[in-house]
Amino acid sequence: MSWLGPQEWAAVALSLKVSFWAMLSSLPFGMLCAYALARWRFPGRQVLNGLVHLPLILPPVVTGYLLLMTFSPRAPVGQLLDTIGLPLAFRWTGAALAAAIMGFPLMVRAMRLSIEAVDPKLEEAAATLGASRAGVFCTITLPLILPGVLTGAILAFAKAMGEFGATITFVSNIPGQTQTLPSAIYAFLQVPGGESSALRLVVVSVVVAMTALMLSEWVSRKIAARVGA
Amino acid sequence: MLEIALSHRFGDFALDVDLHLPPGLTVLFGRSGSGKSSVIKAVAGLLRPDKGRIVLQDRVLGDTDRNIWLPPHKRGLGVIFQEGRLFPHLTVRQNLLYGQRRGGTGELSDVVDMLGIGDLIHRRPAGLSGGEQQRVAIGRALLANPGVILADEPLAALDEARKGDILPYFEMLRDRDIPILYVTHSPAEVARLATQVVVLDEGRVLRQGTARDVLGDPALVPAGIRGVGAVLEARVARHHDDGLTELDASGVPLFLPRVSSSVGDVVRIRIAAQEVILSRSRPEGLSALNILPGHVDSIRSGDGPGALVALRTPAGRVLARVTQRSAQALGLAEGVSCHAVVKTVAIAPEDIGRG
Repeated sequence: MSWLGPQEWAAVALSLKVSFWAMLSSLPFGMLCAYALARWRFPGRQVLNGLVHLPLILPPVVTGYLLLMTFSPRAPVGQLLDTIGLPLAFRWTGAALAAAIMGFPLMVRAMRLSIEAVDPKLEEAAATLGASRAGVFCTITLPLILPGVLTGAILAFAKAMGEFGATITFVSNIPGQTQTLPSAIYAFLQVPGGESSALRLVVVSVVVAMTALMLSEWVSRKIAARVGA
Repeated sequence: MLEIALSHRFGDFALDVDLHLPPGLTVLFGRSGSGKSSVIKAVAGLLRPDKGRIVLQDRVLGDTDRNIWLPPHKRGLGVIFQEGRLFPHLTVRQNLLYGQRRGGTGELSDVVDMLGIGDLIHRRPAGLSGGEQQRVAIGRALLANPGVILADEPLAALDEARKGDILPYFEMLRDRDIPILYVTHSPAEVARLATQVVVLDEGRVLRQGTARDVLGDPALVPAGIRGVGAVLEARVARHHDDGLTELDASGVPLFLPRVSSSVGDVVRIRIAAQEVILSRSRPEGLSALNILPGHVDSIRSGDGPGALVALRTPAGRVLARVTQRSAQALGLAEGVSCHAVVKTVAIAPEDIGRG
């Protein structure tokens, strides 16, 4: 990628790193939320549903500001994380958190749909054959929802690659530190003569997004064919 | 020996049963909504009743008074569901082994041979017919080496021809001495399979007894009047060259379309009440081959124009559904002698079972 300058390359690499960790770390929480919303009836279910979807409808700047208020080094939570060596504000880890939160609704929706499509009668049948609850989940539920899990993960990744508002509000736009691909495009457009750099990053964005989508389609088809769904 | 005591309310439906089931195949018989499937679910551990106690041999599977209610996977049962419920992402072989790997001891090749599913073993459930799926489901339950098999209307989703294909496998299970609790609303399945019948109606046990006693009782119409029909037991006397089999029912010859049982075997046949014609004198010049002489035991008139006549014959009790008008015209009354006439072809193949 010699046609990318060092600052551009740093932005692309950082975005890939941030998006990867955003996706990976939200995966277990997303799965738990999706399962709870699809299967469990509990008080506060609608509240949880609302909270999960909030980042989708709230202005991203507001989400970023709320994150800043919670995790800034002066806030109690931020201080606590600082002392255990996981500072978030103005770090790439914070960018990953912002991206994870923004992609969370998309991830949960995709997973929830696929969990709702699994017939609980199959899980009952597995239980009568001697499988414990964890066993049923691993051998029946998880393989059947795998296409939905992958779709959710890839959507979250793609969303993380494009996240801008919450990220720039929470962790700012520090080249090499927190300057993700969209922040870099924004920065290049602010300076005279930056258009060509911005354009190259736009091309990278489009390629990454298209690749993610096509990959998710291909993987879903493969898995769907295998499970005979 | 399986003890089932349950009481449970769902809305305005109350289930209240107390059963002591001997070994063999017990049919829970009743119309839909009578609570049969809830009993199966409770025994399987898929439903926790308000109050209940379930004991299999000497193992307590559940006792709400002692706050014991084992989850399904700790009960060691085999459940065969109406819809097969095969796992779509696993092959037939993996489906069969699912229960075996979790504590079963059955031998895969035995079960595959018994059910004739050797050719299906590497396929996936989506490509199988309904009958094939149900055979795999039977095998899967069997390989879990269950203490009891629960079958919840296992044939209800199949067409008539497929039902005939699957029934013999349940006869085989019965002959393997695995206790079976079998739910159905089909009198034909009761007649063919049951060593013992429990009739359920609106959540209560209406009657418990042998298939012969229960289906021959004119006071019981759990599956509706069209499902009424008595069961006779008869010995295969000979197979004739014209495709008929002659049975000997305590001295009365009966002719059926060819049955697969060998000469000397005892078979059960169910004679649907609506296929029986009554005649005071022994009919002459009639095409029907089966004529059972007897005496009227009881006449039960329903709300409509029909009457259900129970006859005592040497072969056993026979029920006939005729109109009240005919019953009067023939002068039928208790103790009057009468002949029951049944066409050979009116005895459906699914109504003939091994004794």
